[in-house]
Amino acid sequence: MSVDIETVKRVARLARIKVSDEGAERMTGQLNGILGFVEQLDEVDVTGVEPLTSVVEQTMKKRQDGVTDGNYPDDVTRNAPMTEDNFFMVPKVVE
Amino acid sequence: MTDLTKLTIAEAREALKRKDFTATDLTSAFLKNIEAGNGALNAYVAVTADKALEMAKASDERLAKGEGGALEGIPLGVKDLFATKGIHTQACSHVLDGFKPTYESTVTSNLWADGAVMLGKLNMDEFAMGSSNESSYYGPAVNPWKAKGSDEKLVPGGSSGGSAAAVAARLCMGATATDTGGSIRQPAAFTGTVGIKPTYGRCSRWGVVAYASSLDQAGPIAHDVRDAAILLKSMASVDAKDTTSVDIEVPDYEAAIGQSVKGLKIGIPAEYRIEGLPAEIDALWKQGIQMLKDAGAEIVDISLPHTKYALPAYYIVAPAEASSNLARYDGVRYGLRVPGKDIVEMYENSRAAGFGSEVQRRILVGTYVLSAGYYDAYYLKAQKVRTLIKRDFEQAFHAGVDAILTPITPSSAFAIGDKELAADPVKMYLQDVFSVTLNMAGLPGISVPAGLDSKGLPLGLQLIGRPFGESTLFQTASVIEQAAGRFTPEAWWA
Repeated sequence: MSVDIETVKRVARLARIKVSDEGAERMTGQLNGILGFVEQLDEVDVTGVEPLTSVVEQTMKKRQDGVTDGNYPDDVTRNAPMTEDNFFMVPKVVE
Repeated sequence: MTDLTKLTIAEAREALKRKDFTATDLTSAFLKNIEAGNGALNAYVAVTADKALEMAKASDERLAKGEGGALEGIPLGVKDLFATKGIHTQACSHVLDGFKPTYESTVTSNLWADGAVMLGKLNMDEFAMGSSNESSYYGPAVNPWKAKGSDEKLVPGGSSGGSAAAVAARLCMGATATDTGGSIRQPAAFTGTVGIKPTYGRCSRWGVVAYASSLDQAGPIAHDVRDAAILLKSMASVDAKDTTSVDIEVPDYEAAIGQSVKGLKIGIPAEYRIEGLPAEIDALWKQGIQMLKDAGAEIVDISLPHTKYALPAYYIVAPAEASSNLARYDGVRYGLRVPGKDIVEMYENSRAAGFGSEVQRRILVGTYVLSAGYYDAYYLKAQKVRTLIKRDFEQAFHAGVDAILTPITPSSAFAIGDKELAADPVKMYLQDVFSVTLNMAGLPGISVPAGLDSKGLPLGLQLIGRPFGESTLFQTASVIEQAAGRFTPEAWWA
């Protein structure tokens, strides 16, 4: 399978990364290089093989569904580019 | 006084207890080395001199009272991927501009609880994506090694290039690193240092900036096998904050060093003798086999038939997980924000400006393979291949193999700015051909220096262990270290 420049632009949009026409063109070639490389997997017969979901043989740990942490909004918002009263500030989303 | 920075951790530990010198003397000696050498090597992206001296002073107070932890007063460097409270933590990316966490990673917390001293944050490939440290926002770290008669600057490997360079050049006694596809072992091999990626679940991932969560593991880079064992003992723990942390007590790895390998079964996988394997690498591998044979180990030929599919499967799984993990960098909660006409454009502008080209490439590959209609063909298929890769190893271990000996890199360190590698991302990915298989299976692997090539550059060998078989790796790697000796670059940087 290979991708064209329109697919790369669509994927970039999904990934929320701005690409220029020139950038998308360069990326198309590189992505096709990578997709061509992974195509080797088509040689492998995976009939009846379960996908690997965990490399460790341990049941996923569960904890009690309770509050164990929190109450430090200053810490949570400290590294944000823009905040007000412990809220993250973003451009207007709802008209 | 002898040069304190030339000591191993084990030697310094004893000397500090004997009060031959103080932790402050030791830390000061390393800060001096950093000041003199970091300009040329670019190993550190942030030096925390005041904090280091403060921590050393506290260590001296504890040592004076006859107290102190397993790493009391030992100065270490920390890869920029580990969250360190109030200190530069950017995964060497522009997108995390100015980020100073309000919390400390479990691995570094463990080190400080044992008395270690933090010298600063180490250079790396951006978000640990790379094999040469050239994708760092802060520019490449430089390998302390140079080829005989050449002045060309070489890469220290990646992604933990700063960690490996700093250890090899004696800008720290040891360093934390992480390994998703080879990022501890390849830089260790390129710099003549020892690096171990432990079993998945051995070191907590809590507070480590995520790249590919099902593969990421922290581990140390050190001067020798014993120091690596000492560091891993402290870094590893059972941690409730990481649900993949495994409930197995951390053993005393150091106790394995010096134990005979007589009767141990060492597997030699046929599939690692890849087409075009350089004669020097093949010869080194044979020497390694002989060293273990001479020490009494039993050498057995094994087959890991799905080896060649590990790398292509990795380049689906890792970008897929990365595209999801890196979705959080949106210009809202931390780091860089580049304004746009609306919120979506702000996201797009921030991420375009903040991520370097290799990171963008992997996010796009990951987004594509996970997108509607392609998930089964790529991601699901890769995860099935992963099951087969893991099964290969299980069969070898089931047949009684204790550890597997392989090459770790297809070459010695290459030049910074290598045009062929820069032009073709897939060529750079092939650096990981020997290292990536065990990440896919969650197994531990150690890289140990085994010789120099014809250019006078270090080469390493890799030992792959059973799940939680780190002690066997230290035991076996130590035999190779004893036989091959240790390798130190000539200091040109200070």
